Amino acid sequence: MSDFLRDYLTVVWFGLAALVLGSLLLGLAALVRPVKPNASKLIAYESGVDPVGIGWSQSQIRYYVFALLFVIFDVEAVFIFPWAASIERYGTFGLVVMLAFIVLLLDGLLYAWKRGLLRWV
Amino acid sequence: MIAQAAADSINVAQNVGFGIIAAGMIFAALCVVTTSNVVHAALWLVLVLAGVAAQYILAAAEFVAVSQVLVYVGAVMVLFLFGIMLTRAQIGPEKGLNNRGWAAGIPVAVVLLGLLSWAILDAFEDTTLPDRGPTTTSRISDDVLHPYLVPFLAISFILLAAAIGAMVLARKD
Repeated sequence: MSDFLRDYLTVVWFGLAALVLGSLLLGLAALVRPVKPNASKLIAYESGVDPVGIGWSQSQIRYYVFALLFVIFDVEAVFIFPWAASIERYGTFGLVVMLAFIVLLLDGLLYAWKRGLLRWV
Repeated sequence: MIAQAAADSINVAQNVGFGIIAAGMIFAALCVVTTSNVVHAALWLVLVLAGVAAQYILAAAEFVAVSQVLVYVGAVMVLFLFGIMLTRAQIGPEKGLNNRGWAAGIPVAVVLLGLLSWAILDAFEDTTLPDRGPTTTSRISDDVLHPYLVPFLAISFILLAAAIGAMVLARKD
């Protein structure tokens, strides 16, 4: 346990180093550079053309189906990792079980395909 | 003796880490409910969920932590953001986002906290959990492919039902 957490201390140091380095550079830049804002400097840069409307817009409903399918297959991927970690020990039995698992979920993809939900019109 | 002292210092470090992460999570959770921008609320939620992943690491559950990042911080947040961008006409800051009865949530939260604290304290009291070391991913596969084989296959059915149900709901016609 202790060795395990000690290994993760590296992650903490790494994150802290990134934070310190980033804020050091940005803070230094903020101290050194001249700051003279005006209205036209503060508008969003849009290839030299004045921007129209706001940055936010509604996205299309058809993205939603892909996001949903992504969630489902992400969960599926999570369950494949433990099997992959001990793939030799389980051999044919593991393969059959995982194939059953994957084929069952593949039905969902087939359903989406049959319904034409995957077609981008 | 020295090993014991080293183990204790690790436990202290673990508790300090827990405190820091928990404080960050509470701050982010408060930001989720107080911000006036729905998209910002979703992004603060990323911080809360990442904090949960960090707590899993502290509990030596590496696989669960990675799953948390992969599924919640990755996929579920994508779904959240798409949900916001699909359903709301106004996406910028917005007044009147709070439910008028929000104060009623405070006693509910206090009661829930008390109930959970009591249940945990009553169940564990002063017992020190055995230090079994980190749970390796191959040990999880032993559980998934042996005692929990049927629930594991049932999960694929649940996922399939969720996928088809969501697709039926998201259909245009």
